[in-house]
Amino acid sequence: MFRFLVRRVLGALVILLIISAVTFFLFYAIPRDPARMACGKVCDDQLLAQVRQNLGIADPMPVQYWHWLQGIFVGRDYTGVGHCDAPCLGYSFTNSEPVFGTIMDRFPTTLSLAFGAAFFFLIVGIGAGMVAAVKQGKALDKIASSFSLLGSSMQIYFVGYIAMFFLVQQAGILSQPSYTPFTENPGAWVSGLLLPWIVLSIIFTANYTRMTRSQLVEQLSEDYVRTARAKGLSRRSVFFRFAWRGAMGPIVTIFGIDMGTLIGGAIITESTFSLQGIGTLAVRAVTDSDLPMLLGVTVVAAAGIVFANIIVDAVYALIDPRIRLA
Amino acid sequence: MTSTDQQSFLSVRDLKVHFSTEDGIVKAVDGLSFDVAKGKTLGIVGESGSGKSVTNLTILGLHDRARTAIDGEILLDGKELLTASERELERLRGNKMAMIFQDALASLSPYHTIGKQIGETYRKHTGASKKEARARAVEMLKRVGIPQPDVRVDDYPHQFSGGMRQRAMIAMALVCDPELLIADEPTTALDVTVQAQIMDLLKDLQQEFGTAIVFITHDLGVIADIADDVLVMYGGRCVERGTKKEVLRSPQHPYTLGLMNSMPSLDGPVDVPLSPIPGSPPSLLNPPSGCRFHPRCTFAEKVAGGFCSTEQPALEVVAGRGSACHLTPDQRREFFADFAVARHN
Amino acid sequence: MSNANPLLDVSGLTKHFPIRGGFPIRRTVGAVQAVDGLDFSVAEGESLGLVGESGCGKSTTGRLITRLLEPTGGKVSYRGQDITHAGRKELAPIRSEIQMIFQDPYASLNPRQTVGKIIAGPMEINDINPAGGREKRVRELLEIVGLNPEHYNRFPHEFSGGQRQRIGVARALALEPKLIVADEPVSALDVSIQAQVVNLLQQVQKDLGIAFVFIAHDLAIVRHFSQRVAVMYLGKIVEIADRDDLYGNPRHPYTRALLSAVPEATADDVPARERILLKGDVPSPINPPSGCRFRTRCWKATDKCASEAPPLVQVEGNKPGHLTACHYPETEGTVPAPRLSKDPQAAV
Repeated sequence: MFRFLVRRVLGALVILLIISAVTFFLFYAIPRDPARMACGKVCDDQLLAQVRQNLGIADPMPVQYWHWLQGIFVGRDYTGVGHCDAPCLGYSFTNSEPVFGTIMDRFPTTLSLAFGAAFFFLIVGIGAGMVAAVKQGKALDKIASSFSLLGSSMQIYFVGYIAMFFLVQQAGILSQPSYTPFTENPGAWVSGLLLPWIVLSIIFTANYTRMTRSQLVEQLSEDYVRTARAKGLSRRSVFFRFAWRGAMGPIVTIFGIDMGTLIGGAIITESTFSLQGIGTLAVRAVTDSDLPMLLGVTVVAAAGIVFANIIVDAVYALIDPRIRLA
Repeated sequence: MTSTDQQSFLSVRDLKVHFSTEDGIVKAVDGLSFDVAKGKTLGIVGESGSGKSVTNLTILGLHDRARTAIDGEILLDGKELLTASERELERLRGNKMAMIFQDALASLSPYHTIGKQIGETYRKHTGASKKEARARAVEMLKRVGIPQPDVRVDDYPHQFSGGMRQRAMIAMALVCDPELLIADEPTTALDVTVQAQIMDLLKDLQQEFGTAIVFITHDLGVIADIADDVLVMYGGRCVERGTKKEVLRSPQHPYTLGLMNSMPSLDGPVDVPLSPIPGSPPSLLNPPSGCRFHPRCTFAEKVAGGFCSTEQPALEVVAGRGSACHLTPDQRREFFADFAVARHN
Repeated sequence: MSNANPLLDVSGLTKHFPIRGGFPIRRTVGAVQAVDGLDFSVAEGESLGLVGESGCGKSTTGRLITRLLEPTGGKVSYRGQDITHAGRKELAPIRSEIQMIFQDPYASLNPRQTVGKIIAGPMEINDINPAGGREKRVRELLEIVGLNPEHYNRFPHEFSGGQRQRIGVARALALEPKLIVADEPVSALDVSIQAQVVNLLQQVQKDLGIAFVFIAHDLAIVRHFSQRVAVMYLGKIVEIADRDDLYGNPRHPYTRALLSAVPEATADDVPARERILLKGDVPSPINPPSGCRFRTRCWKATDKCASEAPPLVQVEGNKPGHLTACHYPETEGTVPAPRLSKDPQAAV
């Protein structure tokens, strides 16, 4: 297991290096003045000169990239701006602050949104899938399956605005979406994010219901489930200890793949509900042509997805001993 | 039925198992009766679609209840199983009656250690602690001949070889000293040398514990090795039964005869073609009328009046011996004589 | 049986599958020695049986001969031409002469193609246009394998297992091959059907003069089908002989144990052959025993067996062509083999 993790982490670092390099070169390879772009929309000659110097535009591109990489580990000095502490992902001249700091300010919002939604759709989706599998072919199964189909055809911005209108403005059941740090006020954290969670989880829930159902139905017809019953174990314990265990592997894998989609979904959800997370940050970085910020967000998001996948793989290995030893 | 009626441990009486599918009703078992006494082995011979595996799942009550219609009686030690509650059946399964399946790799959970799977049965039925169950699992692995049982007990099924997995499966089935063991093609997936080991093991264990065994196979050689009594199934019905000697020495049903003739042997003639049974096993969705074997039977036209395609032959059993065929005893003596010469000269 | 100009000649044939592992960077750390130095030949029109238990390398051998796998070492020649590492172009003319029949009649036929298309497939790929057209040829083939030519437009799922295997045979015959490698062609079939397919193959062999490499684990069926039989154990041939010599006078202890384990459908209380129970399992082909690979389970093994691999030779008392790889071959004749103790563990 240890070797497995070490190997995966090493692999992940290589992947991140490649992603950052590709992004870096893409941004700087576009036939426009990168300094002009990094400078942002509100830019004057003085600032532009500063940017030019700080980015080291005169240097060849690999050297620029090397400086950027160095910044992550040892920090970097920007003339006229000051020192950017490690890990330094660059300096946003538009915002006049280090990229990393801004991202870290926004990160908790996105994390709360994504994981809160994941919590919702896993519980509801898997739960409904289990019910459907147990009641195979019966009314409850059909209801769960229909709702899952309905849910999967929804769009965040559509459901989001509808829900805002009815649940918040008309009925007043839920409060206006907002972000309060969990450490400050857990109650406000929940009530502020409840609506975004529900909306974001709707599109995912359906998938997990369908997948859980089909996985469980498949597992329940496996020979070892029959053996467990032949041993005298009850239907219930066979369901939870055998079939469920087998169904979990594929669900966890899909969850890992969904991480990317989840972040993407969080971005749309954030803009729908005007939450200040990574998503809105990215959108603003694009509109402001804030190149350093965009690079930083891309790398951080990629890192999040890659490491989440390592965790998913490790969990899979815990579930299925056959993977562990392979 | 048999001479051992009073000591019969498992009695199946006129069992009918029909299940509904999207295509129609499958008559998987259509009127089957047999008895197994303690310490004895009944070999059930049949090919795909003969209904042999369905019979055994029904005995354990593991059939799909929603889609299955069952008629008849299954008595285990005098207790009716078909009307027993799920709770009662759970107490019997793995405890008084146990089952070994064909594909040990698929039949063992890949997610739990061998020891856990064996111990689980023991804990369920005896209420033993985890520690006791583990000790019992080690003891059972030792008994079925797994080397280093105290180490291998913590292995997963995929770490075992095919033969060892089947041994582990046997250990799991026998952990509560069941009085009835149902073995569904337990050696079919194994190599012959491993098969020999497993059958030897089963015979030893039976001798030690006096278990009643129902052994299902398509291989008459295996039957010859392990069975006391034999029941030949075709298309959901019993076509012939008797002691092993009776059936193998002088088969009375054309299907049994056909099976024996179609198998090459290690010392038979090689330059003559084999004598296969023409055609294919019947579909139980739409079985042939009359005798279910008649479309493949080489003797069907010899029966006066052409009853084979219209009337189901009755299975008349005298002292445990019987066959369901329209041929007269004289005809059988005449037609089957070649067989006796070829096999037992 | 083997003549000076065999159809197929195999010498020193070896296939090692690399095992990847190591830390932190993966590399090749070992090999599964699936097939390790095979020598045999097949004459025109002859049937050679390859028997052995799972993991002995018999299926790998079949795939090496047909070049579905690339050999690691050794040489495969077909009609004197070295095809061991022949490329696609060089193989093209030979591919049509060497065909394969597979075990699983369900998985080896494309369910979306009609029977006619499946059987005509090899002709299309090799751009062969028989006189009278492909369809006529396919109908002929269907007739040869005992199927109704009118079933030309049906799909595989409309056929039973035995009939599907007949379709597989027809496909193999489409290019008029000289050699067919049949890998467990009947083991997936019901007992009553197996004989049908064995008879069909035998008829094909006789009528069309096709040579066979017949791979199976069922010793009785191999005996019935093959004039010469090779017994494999852990990637090596331990004994090869004419059918009657091998079954009547097995000299290798493993051959004898294998034959003794076959249950026979006799009603007699005393079996014809006393059963030899082998102890333990087949060792791993990743790290096979030194010397003779069977020694860990052999009741005759000595230090010599561990240090020296016995060559496959005509041991004393063998007829020509009967080769055995054993330092201490069994005595001649069909007398019961030395009896092992019933407890396999006690026989060390």
